Amino acid sequence: MMGSTIIFYLLAAMTLGSAVLAVTTRKIFRAAIFLLFSLIGIAGIYFWLHYEFIAAVQIVVYVGGIVVMIIFSIFLTQQSGDLLPSPPQRRTVFSLLAALLGLALVGLQIWKHDFKGDGATAVEPSVMNIGTRMLGTGAEGYALPFEVVSMLLLAAMVGCIVIAMRAAKNETT
Amino acid sequence: MMEPGLYHILFISSALFFTGVFGFLTRRNLVTMLMSIELILNSVCLNFVAFNKYVWPGRLDGVFFTVFIIAIAAAEAAVAIAIIINLYRSHRSIDVEVAEELKG
Repeated sequence: MMGSTIIFYLLAAMTLGSAVLAVTTRKIFRAAIFLLFSLIGIAGIYFWLHYEFIAAVQIVVYVGGIVVMIIFSIFLTQQSGDLLPSPPQRRTVFSLLAALLGLALVGLQIWKHDFKGDGATAVEPSVMNIGTRMLGTGAEGYALPFEVVSMLLLAAMVGCIVIAMRAAKNETT
Repeated sequence: MMEPGLYHILFISSALFFTGVFGFLTRRNLVTMLMSIELILNSVCLNFVAFNKYVWPGRLDGVFFTVFIIAIAAAEAAVAIAIIINLYRSHRSIDVEVAEELKG
């Protein structure tokens, strides 16, 4: 059990440290790489919780998809080598104050609240259980949200194409 | 060292959430603001999975919420990056202070 505790704290430190560096570093490409490490740390926490399917989805979609897309957009929109402008002192102080006060408020609420489990026997989050319930139409089925999300993905794809097309027409005329 | 449990994960996810909020408030570059949003969405996913594991182990609702949040985040990132690149084409910059007119 000791090794598992050490692994958890290492993953937590990796996630939080990379996240803080990702929002404070002034080199945008480094920010993307720190974001990558933070997302990998979260995937590690999912593995630590024995939610292997969610961890795999996290790695495939976030690390393999979104971060790569962000890096592409950095390459397309930034000149290499220039630093991001550092925010004004006033804005940094007030943002830090807002974040710390919010963290204190949420932390206090979590600390005061006593979370009790419902004591039900645990359902194993295996791919078979997840798949059966995701396409089920019964009491615990998620078929309707599944279809709604597929429509949303289609709409997002069409929207991306429309946004890109309009720009091309503006450049030619 | 204490045995990690629900409270530890909730602390990590709230710290991650407010890290994202801090980044969103300080940054003025659209790509880095998008990165902060990804951090915020990830902290919410972590919360759902932790509650599913420790509070309602008999159901899989948290897993489905996480999967749907990840799918919606992917769609949102794709649309946001399309908008960012479009903005860069018309303004030669992706700073939010530059994009202040509504049509142009």
